[in-house]
Amino acid sequence: MAGVSTKEIKSRIRSLESTKQITKAMEMVASSKLRRAQMQIAGSRPYFEILYSTIQDIACSNQDFASPYLAPDTAQSKKTAFVVIAGDRGMAGGYNSNIIKLCQAEMQGKDAVILPIGKKACDYFKSRNAEFFSDYYVDASDVSVGNCFSLAKNLCRAYLAGEFDEIRVIYTEFVSVLSQAPRCKKLLPLSVGDDAASGTSDILYEPGCKEVFDAIIPEYIGGVIYGALCESRTSEHAARRMAMDSATQNATEMIDGLNLKYNQARQAAITQEITEIVAGS
Amino acid sequence: MTGFPLKIVTPDGLLFDGMAEQVTVRTITGDLGVLAGHINCVVPLGMGRATIVVDGKKRYAACIGGMLSVLNGSVSLVPTTFEWADKIDAERAERAEKKAREILAAKNLSNLELRLAEARLKRALVRKGVAYMDRK
Repeated sequence: MAGVSTKEIKSRIRSLESTKQITKAMEMVASSKLRRAQMQIAGSRPYFEILYSTIQDIACSNQDFASPYLAPDTAQSKKTAFVVIAGDRGMAGGYNSNIIKLCQAEMQGKDAVILPIGKKACDYFKSRNAEFFSDYYVDASDVSVGNCFSLAKNLCRAYLAGEFDEIRVIYTEFVSVLSQAPRCKKLLPLSVGDDAASGTSDILYEPGCKEVFDAIIPEYIGGVIYGALCESRTSEHAARRMAMDSATQNATEMIDGLNLKYNQARQAAITQEITEIVAGS
Repeated sequence: MTGFPLKIVTPDGLLFDGMAEQVTVRTITGDLGVLAGHINCVVPLGMGRATIVVDGKKRYAACIGGMLSVLNGSVSLVPTTFEWADKIDAERAERAEKKAREILAAKNLSNLELRLAEARLKRALVRKGVAYMDRK
């Protein structure tokens, strides 16, 4: 009986070791991807900052034009479009489930149309029979800057056509390597600031405020979605790295425990054999 | 010639940060040239060639989408895509042009397909034009 159990333990140790090798490799892949993604975030940040501050300046300092993109804070929306950014694969700790949990909370009691980015988000909403805006952007890792901008243009067109009157993006913010937080951000309509006309309106807008505004908004939306996508991707790598790190640690612990058991069993078997030989002679 | 601080930032990162003497870009209503001492302004960009003069030397680039803003003498060019002429892959642009023309030649395109193909063709033409400009 002892012989069988040592064999069993041995095979378990072997399978755990190969699991550990896989998780270790995945961790290393994730951390190298994480480093690249972090560099990308750092490189693209100035772009979003400039875009954002310009939009804010125009929205705040000019009250002399009406745009469908602007609405007072108090306006209630009837139908909301959600851009949901999740991962393509699992094995990333709570990354995907946190996003989906936030989606459930945000969509409660709302008339929603979904634009999923990432296989996991797509699968979830498909199984729920949710209304899709487009499922063209299924692979989160394949979506490029250009895709984001064409996506934003389509969203803006549908928004202007009145298919929905609010756009929100749900993504994961990369706070640090150790913590990522799911976020829901309102893209449209922009809220009009109450503290308007702070004296910054000596800027010339060519050909006109409204034209500039209408031309920049789709760019802005595309930029924000791309930014959210970058953040999400970085978060995914960070979450996967963390999950795989703890998986590797757990595997090491289990292997240590099993090694102890294996040695005990082996010793017990030897002792038993000696006792039998001594008793027999 | 007097220079002014110029920054070119795209979603891919910071492409230029330094002094320039002149910037000419294609806006949605036509070409716009900026020299030092320009009034504060914000202009959305179209698709076209951008010319940047640094130390008396002209540099060309394909500049698509985004905006240009001048604030207190410093200029920020914030395009969606910006490629220096020497970095453009002319063969790729030509392939893209050919493909777009093929799509446009086909009948019964949906509205969306038509617009996408047209935009692709325009981008390819801009890139090609700028790339050959630089080789001359």
